[in-house]
Amino acid sequence: MAQITHVSRRQFIQSTGLGAVLVLGAQIRQNSIFAVARAQSATSVQPNLFVSIDSDGTVTITCSRSEMGQGVRTGIPMILADELEADWSRVKIWQAPGDETKYDPAGKDGQNTDGSRSTRHHFEIMRELGASARNLLERAAAEEWGVDASEVYTKHHRLYHTSSGRSFDFGELVDAAANLSLPTGENAPAPRLKHPSEWKYIGRDLPVVDNFDMSTGGATYGADVSLPGMKIAVIARSPVYRGKVRSFDATEALQVSGVEQVIEIPAMADDTPAEFRALGGVAVIGINTWSVMEGRSKLKIEWDDGPFTVHDSSTFDDTLRESARRGGSVIRRRGDVDEALSTADSVVESEYFVPYLVHTPMEPPVALVDATARPVQVWAATQAPNETRQYVAEALGLEKTDVECHITLLGGGFGRKSKPDFACEAAILSEAIGAPVRVQWTREDEVRNGYYHAASAQYIKAGLDASGNVTAWHHSAAWPSLMALWAPDVKTASTLEAGLGLIDLPYNNIPNLQIETGEADAMIRVGWYRSVNNIQHSFATNCFVNELAAAADRDPLEFMLGLIGDADEMDLTEDAVEEIWNYGDSIDDWPIMPKRLSNVLRTVAQKSGYGKQMADGHGLGLACHRSFHSYVATAVHVVVRDNGSLHVPQVDVAIDCGRYVNPEGVRKQIEGAVVFGHTIARHGKITTSRGVVEQSNFHNYPLTRIGDTPLDVRVEIVEDYVHLRSCGVGEPGVPPYAPALANAIFAATGKRHRALPLTDDALRV
Amino acid sequence: MVPLTVNGVSHEFDGDPNMPILWYLRDELGLAGTKFGCGMALCGACTVHIDGRAIRACVTPVSAADSKEVTTIEGLDPGGNHPVQRAWRSHNVPQCGYCQSGQIMQAASLLAENPDPSDEEVIDGMQGNICRCGTYQRIFAAVRTAASEV
Repeated sequence: MAQITHVSRRQFIQSTGLGAVLVLGAQIRQNSIFAVARAQSATSVQPNLFVSIDSDGTVTITCSRSEMGQGVRTGIPMILADELEADWSRVKIWQAPGDETKYDPAGKDGQNTDGSRSTRHHFEIMRELGASARNLLERAAAEEWGVDASEVYTKHHRLYHTSSGRSFDFGELVDAAANLSLPTGENAPAPRLKHPSEWKYIGRDLPVVDNFDMSTGGATYGADVSLPGMKIAVIARSPVYRGKVRSFDATEALQVSGVEQVIEIPAMADDTPAEFRALGGVAVIGINTWSVMEGRSKLKIEWDDGPFTVHDSSTFDDTLRESARRGGSVIRRRGDVDEALSTADSVVESEYFVPYLVHTPMEPPVALVDATARPVQVWAATQAPNETRQYVAEALGLEKTDVECHITLLGGGFGRKSKPDFACEAAILSEAIGAPVRVQWTREDEVRNGYYHAASAQYIKAGLDASGNVTAWHHSAAWPSLMALWAPDVKTASTLEAGLGLIDLPYNNIPNLQIETGEADAMIRVGWYRSVNNIQHSFATNCFVNELAAAADRDPLEFMLGLIGDADEMDLTEDAVEEIWNYGDSIDDWPIMPKRLSNVLRTVAQKSGYGKQMADGHGLGLACHRSFHSYVATAVHVVVRDNGSLHVPQVDVAIDCGRYVNPEGVRKQIEGAVVFGHTIARHGKITTSRGVVEQSNFHNYPLTRIGDTPLDVRVEIVEDYVHLRSCGVGEPGVPPYAPALANAIFAATGKRHRALPLTDDALRV
Repeated sequence: MVPLTVNGVSHEFDGDPNMPILWYLRDELGLAGTKFGCGMALCGACTVHIDGRAIRACVTPVSAADSKEVTTIEGLDPGGNHPVQRAWRSHNVPQCGYCQSGQIMQAASLLAENPDPSDEEVIDGMQGNICRCGTYQRIFAAVRTAASEV
């Protein structure tokens, strides 16, 4: 249970700039919902999340996580407002700066917004914060009326005395409540929480708080913050990863009107891991964005390309495929696959490939830093405000506590904005010129110098008995690890990446399993991208199981349900799994539950009309996947025309995300995930030639547009396990889409496609 | 010197006439609602109107607006209540919101030219505007709703 204490009024007013008169701060012990393990003893108490109530009754709720379209500025405050019994129309949101000592006291996520974890890590504590504030107001009202607190109740921003009908607005009780002390200490009673049947916002549709600003141009993103004396910079970075400037000539660049300075940012030392550090390059600095973009185009730079010109898709892709076939590190083993394969009635084998992908948020990376201020001031579209502080501090030779990071709205994130290299660049340049600097990345910068979703190959071999039952599944995958950001020589997949849909292969009823990973070199910055390795793991497993169903002459739905089963939980320790990364959470709190996966699959089959007769050229494909603790099944209806072109008239998705907050938010995330998945399935492909990324902008790295998107996406939020803990929503809709489309194309045409993207050209082959 | 009107206010631009309108709006006039997405007229995030017609401000030089009226998202409607804006809110279209100024300006231009577009005409009209969050289904519905009101 959280303990609630007053924070000094001065302290809170200073931190918010609000005229707050009543302030509550939470102190969270290690055994709260934020704790790593429930069994740990109480060791530290630190302030965390806040609500304030003004004398005019305005309730201000702090949002400490980054808004990038997932609705976090609405969803999490809804929880607190509900328990407070606040009137949502009188709630304001205040965006907190980066401070993990306040906003992540248990060290769970560093205040990062990623991993689809904000709701599940805040649900219980936000309830307690809201309920504590409500209980305090109820006590204040009781004192004002001279009655027992048990005679007071709260409804919609007012406190009522049960028998007399007297009432106060929240604002009228601010002074009285501020004089009350809150119960503290380990034995302090927990605030009374509302019964779920009393919830007024949790589980109800609400529009996002930024809806008006976003429809009028009034919302503030990374490039929308300005400071007096600010300069703008764009940077020419090495076309090849870890390349360096050999020499440059800035004469012509400096002749461009508005360009003031050209400065080299040194590359990292060869033995320094890339992490989130500035790549280095040549920066053109001036008075407006156009000038510096023009100036950059006139730079003459000679690059030392460094060692990674060997990184060439023409050979690298085959290296990955060979590594997948070799395998090597066994991470899950049940029974004896070799024996089972040797005695199988038939053996099916297939190879799958997913290329590198890059994030392409509509807002390219951008940050503004004033390194002349103390503390240093950063305004950034960042998912990771405290890592921003850490890496900016390192770049400036300062301590993290010397840097403040303000979080703007993010024009999309998808994992790119977890990596604050762009803020480091702005910090270095600001220090160099002694003025605030905004570094603006162009689209070309973002596509060519990004952090890339790992290209991957998978090889799967399965045995069937004479009745078509799967007796063995031998699965091997290879990809360059994102851990190479910190350990550049790492060649083996990490536990974290294997935990993203590989080691937790859902086919629990197969008697002999072996899952292994092969080695791969990271020769570019590999980084996480919405739903991460789940993309390729879901693609391969859902496509291959569909191939097995065909080989066994069985209906794919019944076949999948038979393999997944309806067990309450899947225990990987029985399969010689030494370590599972369970999205950073305890497997006891968020177990792997096959019955929930089967349930969403049955639901989507029923909703989509699976099994009905379809016209020639039409096909319905299914896929299901657990990720970020949520269970999602997708049914794609495809029409493949005679000329090979493709149309998706309908998509059905069933999601079981446990306890959810804003169903409208869930639907929007799934609708968006389908479009994101459609881009992966149909368009996404980054390639390298002699180490240089060959794509640069939306003409050669296309995204799904309104003309090729599924426009009829139907989302079913499955309620059967709504009493269980909240699970992720932002990412889990992505992984099942591409395999559902591939399986639909097979149903429509009888053709298998095992490499993404499924472009028109690929489909014609 | 380029004389032009932006959201009803007269200006005299005396910089490089090749500067795209996008950067004049953002960096010099402080109208930040118009967004930079690609710089190549590929995504539509920078869409504004010149004399009521949608253009891509990232590739259109200020000189093209000589003696003309530029309208940005900030000037579309004084209260933010253009039928397209109202439809956007009633359908809860935005996710991250970054592309939405451009989407709304494109939709407003589309409906000004064709108040009763077919489904295909809506799709064709909005094809140049990318939304990475994937709000197309709601964009489509919002344009249809707005079309019934203009």
